[in-house]
Amino acid sequence: MSIWEYANPKKFMQTSEAILPWAAGFAALAMGVGLIWGFFFTPDDFRQGSTVKIIYLHVPAAMMAINIWIMMLVTSLIWLIRRHHVSALAAKAAAPIGLTMTLIALVTGALWGQPMWGTWWAWDPRLTSFLVLFLFYLGYIALWAAVEDPDTAADLTGVLCIVGSVFALLSRYAVNFWNQGLHQGASLSLDKQENVADVFWMPLVISIAGFVAFFVALVLLRTRTEIRARRLSALLARERMA
Amino acid sequence: MPDLGKYAVAVLGSYAAGLLLLAGLVALTLWRGARVRRALRQVEERQEKTHG
Repeated sequence: MSIWEYANPKKFMQTSEAILPWAAGFAALAMGVGLIWGFFFTPDDFRQGSTVKIIYLHVPAAMMAINIWIMMLVTSLIWLIRRHHVSALAAKAAAPIGLTMTLIALVTGALWGQPMWGTWWAWDPRLTSFLVLFLFYLGYIALWAAVEDPDTAADLTGVLCIVGSVFALLSRYAVNFWNQGLHQGASLSLDKQENVADVFWMPLVISIAGFVAFFVALVLLRTRTEIRARRLSALLARERMA
Repeated sequence: MPDLGKYAVAVLGSYAAGLLLLAGLVALTLWRGARVRRALRQVEERQEKTHG
């Protein structure tokens, strides 16, 4: 058995059909528990007050925004090197999810920043690289929509994905690279001093697990739709030729 | 409902915006999925009739 079996659309459809309900169920459960626990049953932070409750949305969304682009990079590279259509379609399917996660991170960050930093926005390294990542997501989706031939679109978006990966990594490590700006370091860290306080840790981890499962469920669902859409255009093209 | 104090707008606004965006994404995904599936079924049925 090889991982490349799943490059076969039929095999992918069979496997994803079996995984989907579990991923969706786990996502609903973990997101529900993490967000409800975080919102209703955690105390205020001694410095941030009740705004600390925003981390249960902001941190998972920001982590997903970066990691979804990395997933798109891997699947785009698989397409560019091995020409497996399912991997190109998975990258295409993931992009709107990544865009939404980036938008959630930007919006919740601005809503948190106003009372804490005294401003909705600052041209801080992490915030700026996140905005650029958001623009890359928009550009990626627009490029897929603009190019008619799907293989050419997959090639061009694959290259765009490689270029955009620089900003995905910058978004993650901007705080460390520049060591300046308003944004604090990572909320989850192996360093006890850096890591979020124990009382906030468990609901945050559960919420992150929920966001990961939510992404898995949605990307499977969207990839299945892309595979069907591709078959649909192939059948319509055959009809036109006949 | 927890007492959010003077930050109620920021916290509730974040949850409202976040959940709304997530719900919108799920709705769009399901809507497009259903539309494509329906169109594919129609074309497959049509071609089956034509080609036997």
